[in-house]
Amino acid sequence: MDWFNSIDWMQLLRCFVVGGFICIIGQILIDKTKLTPARILVIFVTAGAILGGLGIYQYIVDFAGAGATVPLTGFGYNLAKGAIEGVKEFGIIGAFTGGVKAAAGGISAAIFFGYIASLISKPKMKKQ
Amino acid sequence: MSNNPLENKQEYQKYVDEKSPNSPIYKNCFNAFWIGGLICSIGQIIMNICKTRGLDTQLSGTVVSIILIGISAFLTGLNLFNKIGKVAGAGSLVPITGFANSIVAPAMEYKSEGYVMGVGGKMFTVAGPVLVFGISASIIVGLLYLIFNTQSITLV
Repeated sequence: MDWFNSIDWMQLLRCFVVGGFICIIGQILIDKTKLTPARILVIFVTAGAILGGLGIYQYIVDFAGAGATVPLTGFGYNLAKGAIEGVKEFGIIGAFTGGVKAAAGGISAAIFFGYIASLISKPKMKKQ
Repeated sequence: MSNNPLENKQEYQKYVDEKSPNSPIYKNCFNAFWIGGLICSIGQIIMNICKTRGLDTQLSGTVVSIILIGISAFLTGLNLFNKIGKVAGAGSLVPITGFANSIVAPAMEYKSEGYVMGVGGKMFTVAGPVLVFGISASIIVGLLYLIFNTQSITLV
């Protein structure tokens, strides 16, 4: 149980609170505006990319760890951070390759598991 | 009663707000908070496990994304995710689990239209816009960084 002893409980608490708080923002958007879930996802990813590009989101990630990277804002942050690192390394080409390179695992997993899960899915029961 | 239509509209809105049942926003927020926090904490624990096995932060983050996306994709396929989502609201939508759900849910619905254009095409009804805006924003960030060669705020 190496990993269990390595858990930093204060870190986990910060992760829980910040992750929960980001979800509260989403819940307020759902309840108080007429935005569809799809638009909310787009807003979160774009906001994460902008905050990541400005360097603000890095502070939240340093503070909360997965509490900041697991929400979709973290996906946007990851794309932006990858693009910046790409530019540092390869110049203008890096702006186009870096973002997706950094998020490649998540995107590919979502496509692959998404397709498999759809194939094995049971047809929806209408129980209304 | 005033004849000003705007005022009437506002009064009408007030009337509707008074009559309609209070939307349980505090309860919704509370559920979103603890379920969202819990999903992030699971991610944090996976990340800790990866780090004790010697992976770096970037790779650990990728592993966390892949595992959470995999789990929620299959939960959606088994019709379990929408049960969680009903209680959690944004708590399961905003974490990366919501991204996976947004891929599988429309794909399941259009399964009858075939495995290529039905499942393969409709997978991206929600995820498509997310990727378009996310990737476009990241390219703009990269280009701005190239032009100004600085992250203004980090240098303060």
